[in-house]
Amino acid sequence: MSTVATFEIRHDRILGPDGKLEGEAPPFARDRDKLVALYRWMVLTRAFDAKAVALQRTGRLGTFASSIGQEAVNIGVADAMAPEDVLLPSFREHGAQLVRGVTMRELLVYWGGDERGSDFAGPREDFPVCIPVGTHAPHAAGVALAFKLRNEARVAVCIFGDGATSRGDVYEAMNVAGVWALPVVFISNNNQWAISVPRKAQTAAETLAQKAIAAGFEGRQVDGNDIVAVRQATAEALDKARRGGGPTLIEALTYRLGDHTTVDDASRYRDDEEVGRRWKEEPIARLRTHLAAAHGWGKAEEEALIAACAAEVEEATEAYLTTEPEPPEAMFDHMYEELPAELVRQRAALLGQE
Amino acid sequence: MARRRVKSETSAGTGELTLVEAVQRALARAMEEDETVILLGEDIGVDGGVFRATDGLIARFGADRVRDTPLAEALIGGLPVGLAAMGFRPVAEIQFMGFIYPVLDQIVNHAARLRNRTRGRLSCPMVLRAPYGGGIHAPEHHSESMEAMFAHIPGLRVVIPSSPAKAYGLLLAAIRDPDPVIFLEPKRVYRATREAVVDEGSALPLDRCFTVRDGADVTLVSWGAMLKETLEAAEMLAGDGVEAEVLDVATLKPLDMETILESVRKTGRCIIVHEAPLTGGFGAEIAARLAGEGLMHLVAPVERVAGWDTVMPLLRLEGQYMPSPQRIVAAVRRVLEYA
Repeated sequence: MSTVATFEIRHDRILGPDGKLEGEAPPFARDRDKLVALYRWMVLTRAFDAKAVALQRTGRLGTFASSIGQEAVNIGVADAMAPEDVLLPSFREHGAQLVRGVTMRELLVYWGGDERGSDFAGPREDFPVCIPVGTHAPHAAGVALAFKLRNEARVAVCIFGDGATSRGDVYEAMNVAGVWALPVVFISNNNQWAISVPRKAQTAAETLAQKAIAAGFEGRQVDGNDIVAVRQATAEALDKARRGGGPTLIEALTYRLGDHTTVDDASRYRDDEEVGRRWKEEPIARLRTHLAAAHGWGKAEEEALIAACAAEVEEATEAYLTTEPEPPEAMFDHMYEELPAELVRQRAALLGQE
Repeated sequence: MARRRVKSETSAGTGELTLVEAVQRALARAMEEDETVILLGEDIGVDGGVFRATDGLIARFGADRVRDTPLAEALIGGLPVGLAAMGFRPVAEIQFMGFIYPVLDQIVNHAARLRNRTRGRLSCPMVLRAPYGGGIHAPEHHSESMEAMFAHIPGLRVVIPSSPAKAYGLLLAAIRDPDPVIFLEPKRVYRATREAVVDEGSALPLDRCFTVRDGADVTLVSWGAMLKETLEAAEMLAGDGVEAEVLDVATLKPLDMETILESVRKTGRCIIVHEAPLTGGFGAEIAARLAGEGLMHLVAPVERVAGWDTVMPLLRLEGQYMPSPQRIVAAVRRVLEYA
């Protein structure tokens, strides 16, 4: 017998649950302004999530998937990206989209049932959310191939959940990314639950990160509630991809503190005790503890930041609620670059013009 | 399968080409005129594709633009979506109809929707090529005709050439089109016939039915490989003094109903011929439209001559599955009985 292959999966945590930096921290982890900026994005995202759920509960938004508890993955990943990179999110990456320049109003417009919410004014080449789980992974490979063919130092960043790693398309995308050494970073936002199916029932693999090993490239794991580790691992993967080093899969271990969506009731399948325990590890409190201990973050600053985020969310909500609906014919107007005659006829029929 | 070398120059000129050679010429022409055209698929590189539709193209355009993918059909459907959104014009090949189903997810959920769901911010100018249909004694899962499935999907164009010249012109149009196009190639016709093809980069319209035979007594509507049986039936009928008008639908979606109606206004009778199973086949759409818009012009019921509602048989029985000229003639005789 001889061993022909072995693998190791590294796990990184830089900011521990007690809010203390462990081991070697990257320079940005000692930069108060940077940490406050990251903290602000996370707080804003949580305020946005809470507002969106409230809007849904009061009949003013469609079904919504809250990202509560997963802010560090969202913000850490997107903050590490360059503006010219392309984000391909799943449907629970509001924070990442906000950092990329998608507005809260646009997100609300989309989740409120209006396609214009995906016509981002900011990141024009970022993909819209992907609802069919994992089906956007091949798109990320295609985007990355486009960059590679044009010799552009840009990277595609694809975020999907733990459940998506069971899907064939995710493997097909990772596999080709490995073969062609594509500039793509896959992020598995492992929140432990695919609706009601826990991580352990999803795969017998010890880590999701190791699925990259089969595709021939690096898979690594980070504490997904540690924004420093998430941002650093993503930055390293982006840098590698930009230099022609090919893809990376980062498994970020976090937890879905909320229901799957506003039409889900997680108490049907998981214990409150587990959720309560996980609340003690959540990412925002962790960074706040660190800011307070290491950078003198105080009550006044905290209150001012929370008030500012709340005001921003209110302003976006107002802008959303006063957005006029599209005229009905809008459903036809972007089906093709040029509307075929049959659709011209149907469009007229919709408008009662025939 | 016999290996045939195809001349890989696309110098302008007229040549007698087979349909698969015409496909290769159109691909080469498109790649020459537009460097964003990228080919993707299994065995399309050095091997030139299982039917040799991409023969010689890797030598001319390089492995960056003629890319052998891993054996992964969902990827072959999804990768072009990312490429197209970033400004490329990918042309993906699926080897046989039976392997196209993993691609459907990508086509239905993404390719066909991207423009609409981003309100025009991103679009998907991709072409998905696949051979379809029976009659070449291929193995199981190789011979189906599932065009109606694609024609049902909003946001697509569905194109089926019937001849080398149509394959050349329609494929060029498909590649130049700003929206996703499903391009189904009748593999029974790949090498069955040669036709003069002017390789000068002229495209054919993607919203037009073609009248391939004039006649005043009955309209025969067909597409792809079935044009052969349909034209044979028309010749048999002509021997008896019945002149059939034969239409090649060519682009199923969007459907040029006007040309069909114009013919039926003249003939009053219509037979639709397709190889796909009868129920829910694309003939049903045409028949329904005739029953509406065309009713006042009809003097006889519309008939469909189609594949049976069975699983496509393996090679020993496929001849009995495919609509024959005799079945078409019999249908015409039935509708001619109505005064």
